[in-house]
Amino acid sequence: MLREGQVRIPAGCAISGIFHRDGTREDGTRIMQSIKVMHDRSNGLGGGFAGYGIYPEYKDYYALHVFFDTQEARVACEAFLDRHFDIVNLSKIPTRRHPRIVDEPMIWRYFVRPLHVKLEASQLDEREYVARCVIRVNDQIDGAYIFSSGKNMGVFKAVGYPEDVGAFYRLEEYKAYCWTCHGRYPTNTPGWWGGAHPFALLDTTVVHNGEISSYDANRRAIEMFGYKCNLQTDTEVITYIVDYLGRKLGMTHEEIAHVIAAPFWQTIERMDEEQKKYYTYLRNAFSSLLITGPFSIMVGFDGGLMALNDRLKLRSLVVGEQGDTVYLASEESAIRTIAPDLDRLYAPRGGEPVIVTLNERSAQ
Amino acid sequence: MNIREFFPLYEVARDPARCVKCKLCVRECANEVHAFNEKLGVLTADDSKCVNCQRCVAVCPTRALKIVRTDNTYKVNANWTGDAMREVYQQAQTGGVLLASMGNPQPGPIYWDKLLLNASQVTNPPIDPLREPMETRVFLGKKPGSILRGPDGKLIPNQTPQLALRKPILFSAMSYGSISYNAHAALARAAQELGIYYNTGEGGLHEDFYAYGDNTIVQVASGRFGVHTDYLSTGAAIEIKMGQGAKPGIGGHLPGIKVGPDISKTRMIPEGTDAISPAPHHDIYSIEDLRQLVFSLKEATGYRKPIIVKVAAVHNVAAIASGIARSGADIIAIDGWRGGTGAAPARIRDNVGIPIELALAAVDTRLREEGIRDEVSLIVGGSIRSSADLVKAIALGADAVYIGTAALLAMGCHLCRSCQQGKCNWGIATQRPDLVARLDPDEAARRLINLVTAWDHELQEIMGGMGINAVEALRGNRLMLRGLGLTEAELRVLGVKHAGE
Repeated sequence: MLREGQVRIPAGCAISGIFHRDGTREDGTRIMQSIKVMHDRSNGLGGGFAGYGIYPEYKDYYALHVFFDTQEARVACEAFLDRHFDIVNLSKIPTRRHPRIVDEPMIWRYFVRPLHVKLEASQLDEREYVARCVIRVNDQIDGAYIFSSGKNMGVFKAVGYPEDVGAFYRLEEYKAYCWTCHGRYPTNTPGWWGGAHPFALLDTTVVHNGEISSYDANRRAIEMFGYKCNLQTDTEVITYIVDYLGRKLGMTHEEIAHVIAAPFWQTIERMDEEQKKYYTYLRNAFSSLLITGPFSIMVGFDGGLMALNDRLKLRSLVVGEQGDTVYLASEESAIRTIAPDLDRLYAPRGGEPVIVTLNERSAQ
Repeated sequence: MNIREFFPLYEVARDPARCVKCKLCVRECANEVHAFNEKLGVLTADDSKCVNCQRCVAVCPTRALKIVRTDNTYKVNANWTGDAMREVYQQAQTGGVLLASMGNPQPGPIYWDKLLLNASQVTNPPIDPLREPMETRVFLGKKPGSILRGPDGKLIPNQTPQLALRKPILFSAMSYGSISYNAHAALARAAQELGIYYNTGEGGLHEDFYAYGDNTIVQVASGRFGVHTDYLSTGAAIEIKMGQGAKPGIGGHLPGIKVGPDISKTRMIPEGTDAISPAPHHDIYSIEDLRQLVFSLKEATGYRKPIIVKVAAVHNVAAIASGIARSGADIIAIDGWRGGTGAAPARIRDNVGIPIELALAAVDTRLREEGIRDEVSLIVGGSIRSSADLVKAIALGADAVYIGTAALLAMGCHLCRSCQQGKCNWGIATQRPDLVARLDPDEAARRLINLVTAWDHELQEIMGGMGINAVEALRGNRLMLRGLGLTEAELRVLGVKHAGE
């Protein structure tokens, strides 16, 4: 049977997220509790979390979380990292034994900074340099997979139910101002840890529920810009699109949402001239990156979080607010279980992005 | 040899029990097949003149007529087929190049028919176009690949001139000359009504049709017939015709018999002369020359029009397309092996070039590998026969399709493949005023509108089934295709998996 990455695997899912606008950091207990409520939306074939603000002591270093299938892969990968980065700390990621989390690969963490000379020679900006290194390891070193590569954030994922994955990674020991979480329901058995969500590149992480019908159009478009869709998952291609439009072209998250979940022409035609011009431009100029088919996604980034539904809202997504804290989930129950008293609860419309950011960048 | 070497291929079968001797067939047949023998009081037919255009069959009020394939047979030979023998006799007699028209009729792989489409089941929902928006609008032209902001931080649209199509279909180039005034009028009106474009071909633009400029693509071909400043600035886009699927490597042919006063004026050539375009553009012997023509035309029109470069699908079409994409052109049109024509040497039409399906797949793949797919849009034609072909073309990577033969069929053409004779009984591929008058441009326009609208409906239904509600998400979405009964090499070139994979 083909492994994930060799074959395209559609998946349905559950997602949940917590964001503290005031920068308050909370441990992983509540996010695990929230996703657990939606147990039946996953099938035990993948779960994962992203936490932002978890490594304040290493906040200026890229935190690389890596799966290794073999010692050879680790040796090859570390040799590569040594050639390209200054590694200030490396260790196994602490885990606890868990009866339902089995067959784990070696899971390592490296805090790194690009080698100054290499970076200069590459004539790339620092983030592009890191992104290219990550893509190269994942594409070329067999058995090594960097699944998290941002600063002061990290992804934790595995094959299993998400609440078990959280326990396995001891998430109660990490504190984040933003948590996102994903429980996966793939339609066959990949049995590969890299295929779980969140999917990440640099500080952008994506959790996603849905199956996009535009996949191959999007994939073939984004691969023109140096990305390699090795996993053949929707989430991977969405992450790259967000990275490309945001980091490489300089679009805001709102503009990105208007590209990937653009309004219908019939809606655009009712707008005033300026808006019509703006939306028509985005739909025309970036038409290959329009995403169709059902999705609800949460895109985590440094200092913020965006939630977005497809244009027809073919997947559920609700948002709850209480003071400076914002809760997002596939189902209301997943919010109520950790925050029964909310100031506001609503379901964003299809294609309408919900973007939350830290009140003050320094607050974290 | 004075014996009759050709037994007519088709015979006129007249049912005397039904025939009322109204003689309409006699009046309608420009080939003079039918005659009335006054003495005997019977209708006769000279089968040897019949091109099987079906006009008499269609107009006969009592359905007394049909045209049947002759059962006269040469001694059966799988190698020396009847057609092969007949063509030798013909050339032995005339010493000439065999002339033909419309697309290649020979059997051969039609890849469209070996590609199957996908639909959503369970994991993602099909979308119902009767109840939800289903978008088939497209823009053609270069994509900017960057953004630009004003001082206020707002995005400033930074794309170059584009063509906006309400449906991903254009009428392909058919010159005034090869087809009639009324046919052009119908195409122009239909294009305007549909929010799409028609194409002048290389015959210039009749002054009556300048009014349709916003829906007109004006062509600049190697003969430069009818090209002048007003012509260029009237069109919505300019197409440089480098080649045509029906006759790659040679220029256009318009037999002198079709060059009447109006054609003469529009093309700016003397009446009655054959209009034989040069094989190359004599100012384009290489890709860097093409770039100069592209920019000459842009200069001439103030950078307000997208430039299309049309090429025939030939063996190294992918590399050629890559060169064109870097030449400043905004759109590449590729015309396949089965593309139609008003006149072409039969040997070239049937043997030169490659199927459009393979050419399109190769070009789209190559442009993506080089990261320049967004530099250009792709239009393909030759031949797109139905909305299924259209969907498959878009999924392989086309932005839109050109339809020529299908448009002619909609206007009444019955594919008798005799356009070069100028005696089209349907009033399409002729300049004889009495025949042209048979084509009602309003009626023909209505039928064109019906055809494109019907295809658009079918496109929407098929997209909806796939769970796709905007045509741009179908473009290049090759996972929506599977091959059936194709070899590894064919699948590799097409970039699709086999059914069941």
